[in-house]
Amino acid sequence: MSTISAGLDTLNGAHGHVDAHDHEHHDTGGNTVFGFWLYLMTDCLLFASFFATYAVLFMNTAGGVSGKDIFELDFVAVETAALLLSSITFGFAMISAHGQKKAATLTWLLVTFAFGAVFIGMEVYEFHHLIAHGNGPQQSAFLTSFFSLVGLHGLHVTAGLIWMTVLMIEVVRRGLNPQTVTRLSCLSLFWHFLDVVWICVFTVVYLMGAM
Amino acid sequence: MSIRNLCNIALASLVLALSGCKGGVLDPKGQIGVDEKYLIIVATVLMLIVVIPVIAMTIYFAWKYRDGRDQEIYAPKWAHSNKIEAVVWTIPIIIVAILGVITWQSTQQLDPYKPLEGKGKHLTVEVVSLNWKWLFIYPEQGIATVNELVFPAKVPVQYKITSESTMNSFFIPQLGSQIYSMAGMETKLHLIADEPGTFKGFSANYSGAGFTGMKFDAIATATEADFDAWVNKVKNTGSALTKQSYVELAKPSEYDPVKYYASVDKDMFHSIVMKYMQAHGSHGAMQHAMPEHSAHKKHSEDEE
Amino acid sequence: MSLLGKLTLDAIPFHEPIIMVTMTVVAVLGLLVAGLVTKYKKWGVIWHDWITSIDHKRLGVMYIILALIMLFRGFADAIMMRLQLAMATGGASGYLPPEHYDQIFTAHGVIMIIFMAMPFMIGLMNIILPLQIGARDVAFPFLNNLSFWLTAGGAILINISLFFGEFAKTGWVAYPPLSELSFSPGVGVDYYIWALQISGLGTLLTSVNFLATVFKMRAPGMTLMKMPIFTWACTWANILIAASFPILTAVLAMLTLDRYLDFHFFTNELGGNAMMYINLFWAWGHPEVYILILPAFGIFSEVISTFAGKRLFGYKSMVYASGAISILGFIVWLHHFFTMGSSANVNAFFGVMTMVIAVPTGVKLFNWLFTMYRGRLRITVPVLWTLGFMVTFTIGGMTGVLLAIPGADYVLHNSLFLIAHFHNTIIGGAVFGYLAGFAFWFPKAMGFKLDESWGRRSFWCWLIGFFVAFMPLYVLGFLGMTRRLNHTNNPDWNIWLYIAAGGAVIIMFGILFQVVQLVVSFKNREQLDDTTGDPWNGHTLEWASASPPQYYNFAKIPHVDDIDAWTDMKEKGLAYKQEASYSPIHMPKNTSAGVLMSAALTTFCFAMIWHIWWLAAFGLLGAIVVFIKRCYTSDVDYYVQPDEIVELETAHNTAATKEVNA
Repeated sequence: MSTISAGLDTLNGAHGHVDAHDHEHHDTGGNTVFGFWLYLMTDCLLFASFFATYAVLFMNTAGGVSGKDIFELDFVAVETAALLLSSITFGFAMISAHGQKKAATLTWLLVTFAFGAVFIGMEVYEFHHLIAHGNGPQQSAFLTSFFSLVGLHGLHVTAGLIWMTVLMIEVVRRGLNPQTVTRLSCLSLFWHFLDVVWICVFTVVYLMGAM
Repeated sequence: MSIRNLCNIALASLVLALSGCKGGVLDPKGQIGVDEKYLIIVATVLMLIVVIPVIAMTIYFAWKYRDGRDQEIYAPKWAHSNKIEAVVWTIPIIIVAILGVITWQSTQQLDPYKPLEGKGKHLTVEVVSLNWKWLFIYPEQGIATVNELVFPAKVPVQYKITSESTMNSFFIPQLGSQIYSMAGMETKLHLIADEPGTFKGFSANYSGAGFTGMKFDAIATATEADFDAWVNKVKNTGSALTKQSYVELAKPSEYDPVKYYASVDKDMFHSIVMKYMQAHGSHGAMQHAMPEHSAHKKHSEDEE
Repeated sequence: MSLLGKLTLDAIPFHEPIIMVTMTVVAVLGLLVAGLVTKYKKWGVIWHDWITSIDHKRLGVMYIILALIMLFRGFADAIMMRLQLAMATGGASGYLPPEHYDQIFTAHGVIMIIFMAMPFMIGLMNIILPLQIGARDVAFPFLNNLSFWLTAGGAILINISLFFGEFAKTGWVAYPPLSELSFSPGVGVDYYIWALQISGLGTLLTSVNFLATVFKMRAPGMTLMKMPIFTWACTWANILIAASFPILTAVLAMLTLDRYLDFHFFTNELGGNAMMYINLFWAWGHPEVYILILPAFGIFSEVISTFAGKRLFGYKSMVYASGAISILGFIVWLHHFFTMGSSANVNAFFGVMTMVIAVPTGVKLFNWLFTMYRGRLRITVPVLWTLGFMVTFTIGGMTGVLLAIPGADYVLHNSLFLIAHFHNTIIGGAVFGYLAGFAFWFPKAMGFKLDESWGRRSFWCWLIGFFVAFMPLYVLGFLGMTRRLNHTNNPDWNIWLYIAAGGAVIIMFGILFQVVQLVVSFKNREQLDDTTGDPWNGHTLEWASASPPQYYNFAKIPHVDDIDAWTDMKEKGLAYKQEASYSPIHMPKNTSAGVLMSAALTTFCFAMIWHIWWLAAFGLLGAIVVFIKRCYTSDVDYYVQPDEIVELETAHNTAATKEVNA
């Protein structure tokens, strides 16, 4: 939560600069987190566009399968649990990082990575399963928008996993200096954001689709 | 539109100035076009109430307060006046409010989907844009034409519009409104010609290489008898438009000559609209797309 | 599948003499420039001081150079179109066959909006905004460099399309189904997609960067309501970019999936919906025009208040009006397609909302008028552009409101009336604004003023040329001439088409005179030298720095007590004051990571266009590797030592004080 308040603090603008002013050195960590918040807002709109598209196209099954036919809620529930748990473990990683506990941070990051990898693995399996049964994204506008929305999220999670790997190496090599902690804060924002997006995907696509 | 009378004098001069505009939007030959022309003129005159003073003040202020005119008052710190602020916010608000009311009413009145009231029974023409030509189907007469549209003057015409492939816009400037033609959907337009004549019609939305040549003549006959005579002519000279010959016609071509079809397969238009929906599981699927904008646009015949 | 995908020698249009001549000229010019650079041994300077620079001022200059080059390219397209339409009357077919002409009008639109207007606006913002808020640089200097090179990468792609393959033949909006693979099987639309995608990414990063800069790095004392008006205008524009460009990214990605992987977002077949593209495109496209115009409004405000020697009238009104325009700009997109057949209520709603935008815009015009009122207006070149704008834009605004009435739009939509309208606002609004800003801030960026007489000549050619070129298009719209026609056959139209072509020639002289102005000014740079850093008696902090500013902008960050911070400092006698001592200044180091990443991504895009999959993989991987490597680099900053600062500041303050007292 400290990252959130750091982000909001910046809205007060000028006064932060006054403090740093004497040192003639700007508070780059705060800038980075604030900038990252802004980026997340734009990413949010990217997802919104794909959600809107899904909402327009999900009935256009072109005689093919609909959500009811292909969604397996049990499977997706496990997938969802993996991602939600990874969010919690990332929270532990951040607590450890702020407490300057390097080993604990790395352990929690590894656990987070594992949950994330499980999520992606299950998604790839689901996609593969659908395509193998002739329900690939080329079959109808519904499947197009489904694969794109879920795939876009999956792509983000994959990017998050790559980023996490890079950061883990950085923590190993450099320890928990202000820069790595700032970067971890950004990744944690990203990771929680993807979690929130997934909750929307789960609700709008899977729950409402299967009903 | 009661403001119309008020503006007659002002527009008389404008019309004179634009009297060179033969054959265009300002030379309408049908009720819809006439209303739209008045709408344009009324709105323009209203806006000129602000526009002319602004332009005049720009030039006047720049001249009056130019550097070196020391007799003028100089107030470098003067930057706020509640009175002026109130005026500069109020004037545009009033003008826009008036325009807003006109817009709201005229949009309802000129809704292309609305049949023309008090003009009697509508003739129906089904319009299909093809790459790159126009197909006109007359379901009541059982005939079809390519690149020639004929209808009697003073009879309102209902156009049902779709596209075989890319998006086009069906437009006869002298009669009024245009509407897009889109594949897998049906849009509608109602127009009337108040006097006989030959008007230019074309596609007003770029659709690829042959777009420039997507023109047709829209001919309003003097009487319904003339129209019937033309229908008979088509029936006697043309070939048949079947599903097979339609496939041939749909192939891309440019600058197609006028062509007549003496007969048309019964549900030709419907099958063109439904062509892309045949594989659909639920028939109403497309209706859910863009519920706000298009709910009343893309329905199939069975709802009529 | 061959190693080069779809790319073969046939991709080079040997049979098109116009393109081959252009290609030769570009090649010769390129070699000439390269030769000169080699001769004067400037490659090192170009690489170290410019290409890898993360200094916002230098990036700004590079953005504007890019914009000017693209202005030439876009204008060449424009004059070719006007010439074609003036020749191809009465059944003649002109000199441009449809497949070439259709590429030209598409390229003209994309280039002028995405690669001329946007870089010009972002360039001015880069140079000025950090200076105006008293910052040393932007929040993320490396990102700023990357943004520029991504934009440049897009520009390179679109220009490569001229010589290898083709550009889109779809119009700049690239509506499906026309832009789908079934109707546009060539690489043209792919060039369009990737050029827009990569430059759009750059623009999005810019907006995030500048928003963080504005919210986090303002000088002490500068509250939001004390920010200079240009900074405010740019901030609104950046908010709009951040909120609208993701939609463009999304819609282009969807079109990409349709074209590359046989998805069905917008196809006719299997349930795709082309109307969704049109909605999403304009949900970006409409805010985009406000992104272009708002900073121009900011420039006019600065210019008018500076040269009238007055405070800006109604500062708060101006800020709120820009905010209102920004917000309303998001709920009017449907007015781009009233003729799609929406219900009367929907059309009427969007029509009325569009008109409401005329209110804050009108207020702005009045505020500029009352800024002149009781002022001492120096009629300089920037002021001429501003006055020209106020007259021209008012007309453009009026025709815009007219088009916002659905009933009128039903007959004017897609006609040359529409073309005249948006050129009226984009040239008469945005471009005049940027050119005003160009003349206004040129001394700040380069250290010498621009020649006034050639500036005036250029202005009058532009203004007169604009009216001669575009007023006939209004008439042609009324006469029922639609846009994107390749040739015409209507004797009533001919005269207007001839006049419009003449207008384009006059504008050409306007552009030419601008080049002359640059050359003449460079020759006379000694006489036009700006020693004070404040050539116009300016109001805001950018004029408190030297011209060109020291690379660290401000030796000591000023404290701000007033909207017109610099005027305030001058009045209090705080200007050009040498400090007793200076602290070391923390500065970022230049880096080649931005240009390398962009090169890799541009290669990726090019490979994607031609289906050269192995190269695409390399490009993408290369970009990721460079980025990760950059993250691991810890040698990214340094401190400027006080001795050096004292030296530079003493030199500037002495020269400036001497000049001011003289």
